[in-house]
Amino acid sequence: MGEVIVITSGKGGVGKTTTTANLGVGLAMKNKNVVLIDADIGLRNLDVVMGLENRIVYDLVDVVEGNCRTKQALIRDKRHDNLFLLPAAQTRDKNAVSPEQMQKLCEELKQEFDFILVDCPAGIEQGFRNAIAGADQAVIVTTPEVSAVRDADRIIGLLEAAEIKLSRLLINRLRPDMVKRGDMMDIDDIVEILAIELIGVIPDDEKIIISTNRGEPVVTNNNSLAGQAYRNVVQRLLGETVSFLDLHQHHSFFSRLKRLIGFGG
Amino acid sequence: MNLRALLNILTGRQDSKDVAKERLRLVLVHDRASVSPEFLDKIKEEMIQVISKYMDIDEKQTQIKMHRSEGTAVLEANLAIKSIRRNV
Repeated sequence: MGEVIVITSGKGGVGKTTTTANLGVGLAMKNKNVVLIDADIGLRNLDVVMGLENRIVYDLVDVVEGNCRTKQALIRDKRHDNLFLLPAAQTRDKNAVSPEQMQKLCEELKQEFDFILVDCPAGIEQGFRNAIAGADQAVIVTTPEVSAVRDADRIIGLLEAAEIKLSRLLINRLRPDMVKRGDMMDIDDIVEILAIELIGVIPDDEKIIISTNRGEPVVTNNNSLAGQAYRNVVQRLLGETVSFLDLHQHHSFFSRLKRLIGFGG
Repeated sequence: MNLRALLNILTGRQDSKDVAKERLRLVLVHDRASVSPEFLDKIKEEMIQVISKYMDIDEKQTQIKMHRSEGTAVLEANLAIKSIRRNV
């Protein structure tokens, strides 16, 4: 029986889709059978982040409306045979799917896959309710900004009300240099305010943008600190205990290394 | 870190992250209280229960509200006392 995990945030643009893609690829690298559902109907994006935009035939709405079998709509990943994407419909809106339909779909996919990751749209309306309908647990993505943390707090309340049994926090785009200067809330500040278990901290890393440009999630990149951070989150999802990266040390280590080989600090 | 803290004390400046944290804390008090309309009603009900052990409260004239005052969130309760019980 698989586990359904919704990736959500409330606020837009904090990295839900990037996180869904990276955790999905990371779990597939651990030989798990994984399916990613893009629940952002009307604003399809997970396909381009995964580099699978040219392979779409059917989508989520086709599946719930019975225009095709579920299997037909699943797109196999380019590199991982055990990873699939169920894309969102681009020409419909959030009301094209109901929470009951999502729940049924998740139940069906749980029979065959180890993990079903649902990429939730921003906001707290119908799209959010659809995305969490079949979820067993949630990963809440936030960035160290007042607006994102505030929205995360609201989402945590809504997930509690929906009786999602496990919600954990992922802090994205942390900049250790700014934390050091006292110009960015640190991990402890955010965890204290939201009073929720932490599942990972992803440092701000330009390699994420570079890898998204290519449609290859950064989790496969062994030279990226963000990639390493995502791999650690994957291990925690699998129930392993992994200590959190010391981002300050890594930062100075990499800048020292760069200086040493002549790329400037 | 320590040097910065010292500089902040000397110049009376506050790190922007501390400003962010304080603002968040306040805004969340309000968000959480206003999200559920029953929240204040429940506090009111339980408060009356506790205080009724010691005095008679006029429930109709009891008001409870939340507001912001000089950088903190304040819970303000106005309870009208009918009578106080005699100490035994």
